[in-house]
Amino acid sequence: MRKNTEQSMARSSSMTPGSGHLLSELVSHLRENSVMLREEWARRITEAELLMAMSQEEIFAEATSVYDNYVEALETGTLEALQAYARNLSERIIPRGVETHEVVGIVLLLRDVLARSLFAKYQGDFDKLNRILDAYEPAANRIAITVAVGFVEQRERTIREQQEAIRELSTPVLQVRERLLILPIIGLIDPHRARQLTEQLLRGIRTNRAKVVVIDITGVAAMDSHVANHLVLTVEASRLLGATVIVTGLSPEISQTLVNIGVDLSKMNTVGDLQGGIEEAERLLGYRVVSIRDAVAAQPG
Amino acid sequence: MQVPILKQGPYLIASIQSALSDADLMQLRDALVRKVSTFRSRGVIVDVTVLDVMDSFASRTLNDLVHMIRLRGADTVIVGIQPEVAFAMVQLGLTMEGVATALDLEEGLEFLDQKLKHKGTGPRDG
Repeated sequence: MRKNTEQSMARSSSMTPGSGHLLSELVSHLRENSVMLREEWARRITEAELLMAMSQEEIFAEATSVYDNYVEALETGTLEALQAYARNLSERIIPRGVETHEVVGIVLLLRDVLARSLFAKYQGDFDKLNRILDAYEPAANRIAITVAVGFVEQRERTIREQQEAIRELSTPVLQVRERLLILPIIGLIDPHRARQLTEQLLRGIRTNRAKVVVIDITGVAAMDSHVANHLVLTVEASRLLGATVIVTGLSPEISQTLVNIGVDLSKMNTVGDLQGGIEEAERLLGYRVVSIRDAVAAQPG
Repeated sequence: MQVPILKQGPYLIASIQSALSDADLMQLRDALVRKVSTFRSRGVIVDVTVLDVMDSFASRTLNDLVHMIRLRGADTVIVGIQPEVAFAMVQLGLTMEGVATALDLEEGLEFLDQKLKHKGTGPRDG
């Protein structure tokens, strides 16, 4: 999709012959007046209350490098350097809470500032101004799109990475006692998460040498028959590894699902709540939890 | 590839060293069933740690082995099934009903010790 736009842009810019020397004239104009234009741009960014998350000096520093990259992209017509810079910039500013509209806004502001300076310079020669703008506008638009797309892509990548991290975190396998694991599950279970859950549990059983596992699904409101079936398979696979699984906190809806899909319930070890499940697991492991006061009272002397 | 069968106190330990053909598996089954009475063993451990595939024939043979040995008066425990293998097995419906399983050799020995204690004979005294 993006490739297409880029290609069509590239074609449109190379289509107008004679725009080459106009562009170079344009570039040298922008180079000569760079200090003034950059300041003007930074001032307008502040005025428009964009990039409020950044300090004045930072804005000016970024404005300088964006400006240089911008002029260079205009001159060479290649976007690679600008693309890389946009990606890098996005990486730095996304964590600081800079929004998409701000990034698009500042690039459009720069476009406006430069266009204004062109108006001012060629105001006497309307025809030349027209031709200069013909050369300038497609290139400037292309640059604006590149920066905006780069920002959005970086944002999407960040979101994807975070989703991955959340998924990893969403199925913790915790050891609460020697040889006893608990696996609290909260939220919706889709097939992907179910698979990941099984993998982590079976691996956890091996690495922690667990004998009993309590899977608590109090936080799962409902599950479809596919996931319920997967849960049953997980219980059986754990048994093959020599671990007993206790499932706790089945909601009425989930019980209904399990009964509907005709699971052999004799294989499922279920207890009402997590506390009951842990107590049952301790019993299986041979632990007995006694309050210290009772233990002292029971001791003779 | 023959599977070595080691005698350890009242138990026999069959430790599979590589992937087995169907014939190897049947040979293992017959050898174990025979040796249980030769050594008057009380328990058998089959270690399948190295197997990364367990097809229906293998699990059926192991299943048969367990039940045959039970008929000859000893308990069997299968140890060391890999997590991936375990999940593949249950997906194929090979749940090994009624077969004792344990994480590894140590767990298997402990399981058999417990079992013998329940029966009233002290462990490893035979």
